[in-house]
Amino acid sequence: MSKMSRRSWASNPSYIDERYKSTILRGPSKSLVTIDPELAELTGPAFGAEVIGPLDHDLTRNGQVNGEPIGERIVVTGRVLDVHGNAIPSTLVEVWQANAAGRYVHKNDQHNAPLDPNFLGAGRCRTDAEGRYRFYTIRPGAYPWGNHYNAWRPNHIHFSLFGPTIATRLVTQMYFPGDPLLAFDPIFESVPEAARSSLVSDFSLDVTEEGFALGYVFDIVLRGFASTPMEVD
Amino acid sequence: MRIKQTPSQTIGPFFHYGLNPLEANYPHTQITGSCLVSPKIEGERIRLTGRVFDGKGVVVEDALVEIWQANAAGRYRHPGDTRVDRALDHDFSGFGRCGTGMHEGCHFSFYTIKPGSGQVGHAPFISVTLFMRGLLNHVYTRVYFDDEVAANAADPVFSSVDEERQSTILAKRRDSREGVEYVFDIHMQGDQETVFFNL
Repeated sequence: MSKMSRRSWASNPSYIDERYKSTILRGPSKSLVTIDPELAELTGPAFGAEVIGPLDHDLTRNGQVNGEPIGERIVVTGRVLDVHGNAIPSTLVEVWQANAAGRYVHKNDQHNAPLDPNFLGAGRCRTDAEGRYRFYTIRPGAYPWGNHYNAWRPNHIHFSLFGPTIATRLVTQMYFPGDPLLAFDPIFESVPEAARSSLVSDFSLDVTEEGFALGYVFDIVLRGFASTPMEVD
Repeated sequence: MRIKQTPSQTIGPFFHYGLNPLEANYPHTQITGSCLVSPKIEGERIRLTGRVFDGKGVVVEDALVEIWQANAAGRYRHPGDTRVDRALDHDFSGFGRCGTGMHEGCHFSFYTIKPGSGQVGHAPFISVTLFMRGLLNHVYTRVYFDDEVAANAADPVFSSVDEERQSTILAKRRDSREGVEYVFDIHMQGDQETVFFNL
């Protein structure tokens, strides 16, 4: 079997980062045990078109009860690639986010901002043959959290991806360009500085839809099978 | 050409309505759940249960546990597993998800089958991927079974783990009137810290 590239610790956060307080007791404290991925890790779930409902990609419509959700409509699109630049087709992309006021539907979210009866904030789609995904949604609001005094999360959308195997699994967050809160957010800042910009989407007038929604582009790069043995790390 | 991996970020505390909404009673469909079994599937029915503990021994109430496993014949349902001598079980996906905060005592609980050995000379095991608030990169571990002593000793990964840490990746079998249960607690830190794999 071909070799899978390793998780890049130059691009990924450390498990324990004291600025993000929950990591102190929840990140592993011992070194990970390095193994070569075996068949168990070089396989993983594959989801067909049958798991995608007709409105699953459109968060502006999939939670409607009696009207349109409040907020600025946006299109979020991009390509899912591996580290060799190959498109990853037919892979599941799941997203979830706060509403325009910065409030999650989740029952444990106690932030005193209004829920939107017409917005759930969850969606999914599969990439096409070129690895492209596309969601319609509402730009999420910022919200306060208890990490430190006056802590606010920048606007973000949570992404969950599988790729072809469980070794390629990724859960991450997409941010918005020019957000002044990024510089104060310990979750964003946990990423090594050189890799941070890859979590910030680009505004695109080409993706923007006339009279309807602003466009943002967010490409996602997963681990991949090395094409030659030299490329493993 | 080589491009940089997109960095990981925490799953946060509010993923349920996006990733396992039915378990948490949200009005959205889900792609999988904690029950992998249906009547036609081959194999010994088991429950895989456990809890996740932080570095102070406090139970974690907002983790997401994902499992991935071979079927009873040791075959993975994946295009990369082309071994025709091991039968596919078309009703068995091998993938499940369970949150910890939705159940009594913050247990996760999967209803599945005991997998067959996935490769010659390997012990049977279930792969676990774990996500939670405060975990900036997901962790991988494996559930081996404590009633597979000989197979575990021969398994190249299990036997490569320091002997004093092997018990952290062994699920303990419990037989009761409800059937066979394997208990697998996960400790993020401390003396009993679970072995997590860099793979």
